[in-house]
Amino acid sequence: MKKSYYLFNPGRISRRDNSLKFTPVDDLGTEGAPRYIPVESVDNLYTFGSLDANSALYNFLGKEQISVHFFDHYEHYTGSFMPKDFLLSGKVIIAQTEHYSNSSKRLSIASKFIEGAAFNILKNLRYYNNRDKDTSVQIDTISQMAPQISSAKSIEELMGVEGQIRLTYYQAFDLIINDFEMGTRTKQPPSNEINALISFLNMMCYTLCLDMIHHTQLNPTISFLHQPGYRRYSLALDLSEIFKPILVDRLIFSLLNKRQIQTQDFDHQLNSCLLKENGRKKVVKAWDDKLNETIKHRSLGRNVTYKHLIKLECYKLVKHILNIEEYKPFKAWW
Amino acid sequence: MSVNGTLIQLFHICPREMWLHTHGINMEHTSETVYDGKLLHETSYSQRPEKYTEITLSACFNNIPLTGKIDFYDAKQKIIHETKRSDKAEVAHEWQAKFYIWLLLLNDIPDVQAILEYPKLRTSTTVQLTSYDIQHLTNTITTIQHLQQSDKCPDKIKSKICKSCSYYELCYIEE
Ligand code: SF4
Repeated sequence: MKKSYYLFNPGRISRRDNSLKFTPVDDLGTEGAPRYIPVESVDNLYTFGSLDANSALYNFLGKEQISVHFFDHYEHYTGSFMPKDFLLSGKVIIAQTEHYSNSSKRLSIASKFIEGAAFNILKNLRYYNNRDKDTSVQIDTISQMAPQISSAKSIEELMGVEGQIRLTYYQAFDLIINDFEMGTRTKQPPSNEINALISFLNMMCYTLCLDMIHHTQLNPTISFLHQPGYRRYSLALDLSEIFKPILVDRLIFSLLNKRQIQTQDFDHQLNSCLLKENGRKKVVKAWDDKLNETIKHRSLGRNVTYKHLIKLECYKLVKHILNIEEYKPFKAWW
Repeated sequence: MSVNGTLIQLFHICPREMWLHTHGINMEHTSETVYDGKLLHETSYSQRPEKYTEITLSACFNNIPLTGKIDFYDAKQKIIHETKRSDKAEVAHEWQAKFYIWLLLLNDIPDVQAILEYPKLRTSTTVQLTSYDIQHLTNTITTIQHLQQSDKCPDKIKSKICKSCSYYELCYIEE
């Protein structure tokens, strides 16, 4: 099975026959022992340290359909190398564009994304409410807001509802998470541990959605909820709304409450807080493990990984825009 | 749009599969089956090329353009050889072979037969074309042409073969 490779150290990557050769290079320019990765085993690459590579390597990666995601020193996602589209369908692109440009069709898809997100958020809140964390205030508030999702008349209104739901949801984080305080959500730079984890894992979720979209006929630049072009691949933002509560937030709760990640895993500056290298490795490992966990899918009757759920979501969207079947957002059933 | 052997075969397996295929909705070829198929091709009949030729055919019937590519054609004996992995879709394979025989006939090459070979099962089937078959193929290509132009995706067939179809997840994913 193909997997993601995470390159934490700076170094040089090149092609060696049908393998990728990664040679770590430290600050002084000293080379470490190279590692060989057979190309058939690579799904995608995540690079956190600076990476040296030439166009021959990217040509090779492109041919092998391997994407590369880049993060800077401050853990910001800076961009991706995506192989040329390989599953194009004129029919799907035209239909996707149509669903974007027709405002009621667009609104209908966009509201499904929020509907799914809100459902999964409530699922998380109820889970903890049943385990001695009193999140009933947030549950009530969000439940009361839910009808506004389907009655929203515009994308702006919908975004407003979404913002309110998220704000309320984040208030519960301090109730759910034991020894850390989140306070208000701060992004750039994150001001504390929880904010740092949210920012980092949200980006991981975004790139995951991007990868999954790339394995279908959908065009990642045509989105419904987010304005296309807000980020280049804005459809990945749309999809990650649904999956963040299940993949990102649940992971943060467990990493902190089980003390797998602690204060010393972060680098605290005057007004910013980032993961240290070691902490980042732990988080990435836990993220990767999570994505490969499987559940038995209700309608397919098969075991699927969490990661695969996102591709299945893309299939549902394809069917919706081709008028085969109305889209129903993913709602966690467990 | 033209009708080819692949579409004839897919149509007989599942019209929906044919519709999805014809509209460029293909699944990633990560599965072993593709690789397996390639391997079968390369290894089972490596001695073939001298005796058989590969031919590409086209014809027009009722204003519908038809095309086909036959990998192994024995011109002397007038026999088409088709190699298949499994006999799960045997009927569909037969119609594909009959379509090729018909294409040859439309190109003024009569009395051709086809042999479907299943090396994995060590069996083979002989296929001939009857006038009834020609009628069926005529209807089929008309239906296929309609489907190609239609915006409506045919319903799921809800059959046992869905489980091994590359569109299974696309078709059966619900919420
Ligand atoms: S899964 Fe079944 S219904 Fe869907 S395309 Fe395949 S055979 Fe047809």
